[in-house]
Amino acid sequence: MAKVASLSVNGKKLPVDVDSTVSLLSVLRNDLDLTGSKYGCGEGQCGACTVLIDGQPMRSCITQVGRAQGKQITTIEGLEKDGKLHPLQEAFIKADAMQCAYCTSGMIMSASALLARTSKPNREEIIRGMNGNICRCGAYQRIVEAIQIASGTQTSSLRAGGVRTEEPEVTK
Amino acid sequence: MIDERDLIETIEAERYELVEESAYNFTFDRRDFIKAFGLGIVFIVPAARVLAQQRGQGESGRGGGNNQMPTDIDAWIHIDEKGEVTAFTGKVEVGQNTRTSLIQAVADELHVPVASVHLVMGDTDLTPFDMGTFGSRSTPTMAPQLRKAAAAAREMLIAMAAEQLKVEPADLRIVDARFLNHDKSKTLTLAEVAKGRKLVKVIPDNIAITQPKDWTVAGTSVTKVDAKEVVTGKHRYTSDVRRDGMLFGKVVRPAAFNATLVSTDTKTAEAMPGVKVVTDGNFIGVVAPDQQTATKAANAIAVDWKSPGQPSNAELFDLLRKPTSAGGRGGGEGGGGGSRPQGSIADGLAAADKKLEKTYTVAYIAHAPLEPRAAVAEWVGDKLTVWTGTQRPFGVRSELAEAFHISEDKVRVIVPDTGSGYGGKHTGECAVEAARLAKAAGKPVKILWTREEEFTWAYFRPAGVIDIKSGVKNDGTLTAWEFHNYNSGASGIQIKYEIPNNDIRFHQSNSPLRQGSYRGLAATANHFARESHIDELANEVKMDPLEFRLKNIKDERLRDVLQAAAKSFGWGKTRPANGRGFGIACGFEKGGYVATCAEIAIEPPSTSEDKANKRVRIVRVVASFECGAVVNPLHLKNQIEGSVVMAIGGALFESIDFTNGKILNPHFANYRVPRFSDMPLIEIVVLDRKDIPSAGAGETPIVGLAPAVGNAIFNATGVRLRSLPLAPRGLS
Repeated sequence: MAKVASLSVNGKKLPVDVDSTVSLLSVLRNDLDLTGSKYGCGEGQCGACTVLIDGQPMRSCITQVGRAQGKQITTIEGLEKDGKLHPLQEAFIKADAMQCAYCTSGMIMSASALLARTSKPNREEIIRGMNGNICRCGAYQRIVEAIQIASGTQTSSLRAGGVRTEEPEVTK
Repeated sequence: MIDERDLIETIEAERYELVEESAYNFTFDRRDFIKAFGLGIVFIVPAARVLAQQRGQGESGRGGGNNQMPTDIDAWIHIDEKGEVTAFTGKVEVGQNTRTSLIQAVADELHVPVASVHLVMGDTDLTPFDMGTFGSRSTPTMAPQLRKAAAAAREMLIAMAAEQLKVEPADLRIVDARFLNHDKSKTLTLAEVAKGRKLVKVIPDNIAITQPKDWTVAGTSVTKVDAKEVVTGKHRYTSDVRRDGMLFGKVVRPAAFNATLVSTDTKTAEAMPGVKVVTDGNFIGVVAPDQQTATKAANAIAVDWKSPGQPSNAELFDLLRKPTSAGGRGGGEGGGGGSRPQGSIADGLAAADKKLEKTYTVAYIAHAPLEPRAAVAEWVGDKLTVWTGTQRPFGVRSELAEAFHISEDKVRVIVPDTGSGYGGKHTGECAVEAARLAKAAGKPVKILWTREEEFTWAYFRPAGVIDIKSGVKNDGTLTAWEFHNYNSGASGIQIKYEIPNNDIRFHQSNSPLRQGSYRGLAATANHFARESHIDELANEVKMDPLEFRLKNIKDERLRDVLQAAAKSFGWGKTRPANGRGFGIACGFEKGGYVATCAEIAIEPPSTSEDKANKRVRIVRVVASFECGAVVNPLHLKNQIEGSVVMAIGGALFESIDFTNGKILNPHFANYRVPRFSDMPLIEIVVLDRKDIPSAGAGETPIVGLAPAVGNAIFNATGVRLRSLPLAPRGLS
């Protein structure tokens, strides 16, 4: 069986010693201890394992590691640069776009691919682009908002609205 | 102070909580505290019921004094030499953001910044005993306990600082973790007071806690405290835990539920390098150096299982109506969350102008937490440590102690903040499996359940059948309400409608599938049936559904949320466009009041699977919620939005298909959960009642969506749907 001896992850060439047919997710998590990418279904249905391969969003759970060989792999751990969070990471915090947060890495990676394709997506484009990612806690509205904040199409209204004691109002 | 353990029976009198009271050994003594936490000061709060008992025995002050350690403790807080505060709670974080809100409570009382407070959660060696994180109890019971500890700690710290500064305690206050006297001429930091100390203080139980109107940290939108860890992928869930020498385990699953092992051939698996096969009764598992090999080895084991014939979906509702041989707690007795019948149903029906008799059903659904069950088990000598994502760390400790015939003090369960639960992670199956394999292997073992295992071998939200018989006068006055819930549970079964003649019962059934708790438990089923039926009655007497509800509801809090939701939705101001419908529903559960308005659209088929059927799309939802004083507006809204979204699945399309002991749709490809494209525009209206103690909020907002959507479908089409999910394959 063919072996993979090294991978380029987050700008670094890292030695590995794995069969080429093993899932990229397994190698990232178990061999390289990059556990930010999550197993959610193992079938490419939930998006929790999303990484970028040469800039393209891929489900690492159904991607054989051999197919990522020689390519640039970016994981959630690679988004922060020189101690500065990626705008999407900042925006997810600002919009409180998470609950249990198990889906968050995959959401941010899928969103970064979306923004690379479409720098200022509208709501429909965000929904279409993100539909392969599941947030079982249901934070979708906030994730949309986070992507809008990161792409400069909206500033957060979540905090401003607040809570009323008398006359109820609507906040979105 | 309310005691969790006394409450279990009263709040959730149904078996689906899966809470078995466990005996426990509490072994901390004063020295252990010092050993565990190092230098500084530990403040401990004895359990309220211990104090009460001691007072009853005429030994007042024993638990509150400083000379004797209480044996039953609700909370403790440690202040280290750097002035960092660590609070300890047996509750766990599963996405409800209770870590943040409990830290807010401590920071509020101690007058220290949120950033200087840490919270150790769900570690059976370090945290006080706790029944579990369920029933929306963390906010109403744990927050006050931690507040009490923090408030008492603050007063004691002030006394200690006053002594150091040689001033009167009354002259000192704490601002931002600094002690200041009246003219700020004398100051001291928290660190300076804790330095060099080695103290354990038992705090009195008569300390007043800060009331919501005076909160400064609670009541504000503090960001999720570990949000940065999360967005950078650094937070370690159970599935990310790694131990030296760790192996991977895999369990060989039976071909069907209730199967017994006839014979097995493990030779091929055992020949694989590094693989060890463990058989023990019906349990077959393997350990291997890596996950792939473990899976390969498990697949290589040939097993002959024998399983009995078992029912399928098709027979489900007939089956649930059959009484259990055991007689079911609450069945027919009005216990289990039902109530004593009032008036006479016969009289109520006789007084009615219109009578209605309808049946509603709900399917089994899966929690499908995005992090499937996972555990890492490690034996050191005869001591077992297990990391696992469970809502009941102490319950899982008992399960482990029982499984391995060891005492509970030989077992430590640690719960990292977990990839959600929704009531689906009360049990410790995976922990026991990992511990069994680790024992055989002599090394730490990690087991990660696959999605298919999580869908199959966890437990389900109960399916149920609900029969309602009712009567109403032409002027909209409700006269009779007979309600029978078979199997789905008693949560939310109570009515807030003023109906003089009512008989509300929960009947236990023999469930063909393993079932347990779920977000909101049976409250979704009971609200769906009740609020759909109320809508039908309003239609019978040609009244507006909102007006009909308000006519029959006196409870001010419920009226307030109804009117708030209706106002924001614009109820009664506009008519739905062609092909669209409006629906409304309201409810009450676990101290929270919710009203939900939904607008739906009937659209052309959009997917290949339902090409013959029209699609129901939820266009817009307004949910109004009131749960007393709001602890964190940002996270509260997040919970309500999440409840609305999660509810869409159970309302429209989620359903477990099963036959003969097998789950037929154990994958996201054929068990549909809500996605971005299912999301309506969601508007949340929160009513903040600073005069009412805070209730939990992670569950109750889920109950209004399904009936609001069902009512909206009726409004759009004139077709009444009485089974959840309403439109799994669209509208036929």
